[in-house]
Amino acid sequence: MNPLYFDNNATTRVAPEVVEAMLPYFTEYYGNPSSMHTFGGTVGRQINDARAKLADLLGASPEEIVFTSCGSESDNTAIMAALRSNPEKKHIITSRVEHPAIKNLCEYLAKTGYRVTFVPVDHKGRLDMEYLTRHLTDDTAIASFMWANNETGVIFPINDIAGILSERGIIFHTDAVQAVGKVPIDVKKTRIDMLSLSGHKLHAPKGIGALYVRKGTKFSPFLIGGHQEKGRRGGTENVASIIGLGRASDFVTAHMVEENTRVKSLRDKLETQLVQKIPNTFVNGDTDNRLPNTSSIAFEFVEGESILLMMNEFGICASSGSACTSGSLEPSHVLRAMGVPFTAAHGTIRFSLSIYNTEPEIDLIVDKLPPIIARLRAMSPFWKGTCSSAT
Amino acid sequence: MWEYTDKVKDHFLNPRNVGEIENPDGVGEVGSLACGDALTLYFKLDDQQRIKEAKFKTFGCASAIASSSALTEMLIGKTLEEAETITNENIADYLGGLPKEKMHCSVMGRDALEKAITCYRGSAEKKIEGEIVCECFGVTDIQIERAVRENHLTTIEQVTDYVKAGGGCGNCHEKIQEIINTVLGKEVPARKKSPVLTNLQKIKLIEQTLEREIKPALNKDGGDIELIDVSGNIVQVRLRGTCATCKKSQITLKNYVEAKLRELVTPELVVEEVTL
Repeated sequence: MNPLYFDNNATTRVAPEVVEAMLPYFTEYYGNPSSMHTFGGTVGRQINDARAKLADLLGASPEEIVFTSCGSESDNTAIMAALRSNPEKKHIITSRVEHPAIKNLCEYLAKTGYRVTFVPVDHKGRLDMEYLTRHLTDDTAIASFMWANNETGVIFPINDIAGILSERGIIFHTDAVQAVGKVPIDVKKTRIDMLSLSGHKLHAPKGIGALYVRKGTKFSPFLIGGHQEKGRRGGTENVASIIGLGRASDFVTAHMVEENTRVKSLRDKLETQLVQKIPNTFVNGDTDNRLPNTSSIAFEFVEGESILLMMNEFGICASSGSACTSGSLEPSHVLRAMGVPFTAAHGTIRFSLSIYNTEPEIDLIVDKLPPIIARLRAMSPFWKGTCSSAT
Repeated sequence: MWEYTDKVKDHFLNPRNVGEIENPDGVGEVGSLACGDALTLYFKLDDQQRIKEAKFKTFGCASAIASSSALTEMLIGKTLEEAETITNENIADYLGGLPKEKMHCSVMGRDALEKAITCYRGSAEKKIEGEIVCECFGVTDIQIERAVRENHLTTIEQVTDYVKAGGGCGNCHEKIQEIINTVLGKEVPARKKSPVLTNLQKIKLIEQTLEREIKPALNKDGGDIELIDVSGNIVQVRLRGTCATCKKSQITLKNYVEAKLRELVTPELVVEEVTL
């Protein structure tokens, strides 16, 4: 069965164009870019070409790009670089809805002598800017706020945050893993010091990420080793994947308009129809400020894992904010931070689209999902027919 | 992706005996929406005092639905004395095993069965026995002790897999370890005696404990706490964030904030909430 793939915030299909660009770097151009011979040196030039393409996507200069192995490494590198370059400062400020790569790192740092402020969000997932401003101190070493949320797609006001932070001279890192390739980004226009991204969220392969580091930002490597990446990240380059990320940068630039028109309207159709056809269903998050591809929908009184496994029978792939799927016992920290009631948080499903999705796929989900929810509700002791509030 | 057996998948996709029974002989309700799973079990007896009908309604994941379905199949045709011998392990075995993180689904089935039988026998529903250890999921020391004994559990992680205790904020891990140690016959380490403090030392220590221990734990759940004043042994605080509106905040205040301050500062402290 061909999957109906609606889990693109988890990972994306590697674009065929990207695979094609990568292949020669396994078979023909397998040299080490650090080598003295022409055979390796050629590869080095191709890496710089890929670096330039990625820099273009962000509005950066090529030398501001450091290739890493994934988004999590980029996030860890950014936070640790800021802390190590400002050893006298012991405060970190971030939000309650960050990806685990930031959240768990900050919780770990809180146990090792750092003070961490987690800025709350409101019921729509919007950042409490007043709280943020009030909790900045002279002791703040770094502020890290995600560009767009992986679960709800809600976009933070990065421009405003950057403005406040640069006024105070605080280093600003943004985890833009979900935003890059989906919404236009220009680091020339926004005072961002560091920005994380991940290849496999934008049709490049898994195992490649990058960190943008603004020229002049104090830096200290996370992975200590050779002189690669101008001494900012040791380890032989993942050549083929870097080439792939370069090609993918061109690919998403070329499809940016489509992402924000056709893909967005598919997402809107899916959402509108599901909410219309299924009672006690609502969309999580600020629908006015959202990624064009993401929809987080709460189906009250049913549990997410059951929905996913029943959809799986039709080849529909999505993900859930419920506890049961993650191995933890509590529902998503993002939905809880937003104060989404338990009746809805356990039954939240995230659909995340890409340019590869089609209208017939949407129609199929709209056809198959209502009976699944009805069936699970008929089984649920909490479902007493249509009602407007929790029991 | 969970590795479910074919039998679990079958009982999830084609659950047996879903529904309610009108005028049942026994009903057992366990779990809650907040906890992420809940089960209501019904049975009716025939004139031979055997279970002729068993039905269920379940809110939960695939293994919760499959465990409920399996339990009803196991019950039909049994006397209550026979039914009583069904353990959570039996339910899991019937399904060809459950992933270890999902064992609590089988425990939920066993608990619902016990409640339904108690309900039939007319004995007043037993109050929750023992003392709540895990606030997040409302699990008592007796429930934990039983799970440890019956399933030969040796780690906190296993206790979480079987009865969920310790799967939330993690504040009860120490107590769970103590229960495991007691069951396994290990000695519980004696608590440190607290030294006598001057007022200034006490206030400083309270501040430190709030900053280092209590705030990070509350922050995790979207809550926050602010120290307002200390007078004598009265510690006045204000709850913020999700704590301010959480129904369980009084429990958090007494069982966690006060307990932690008593443990790390001095046992005489009393925590009071100042509202706006």
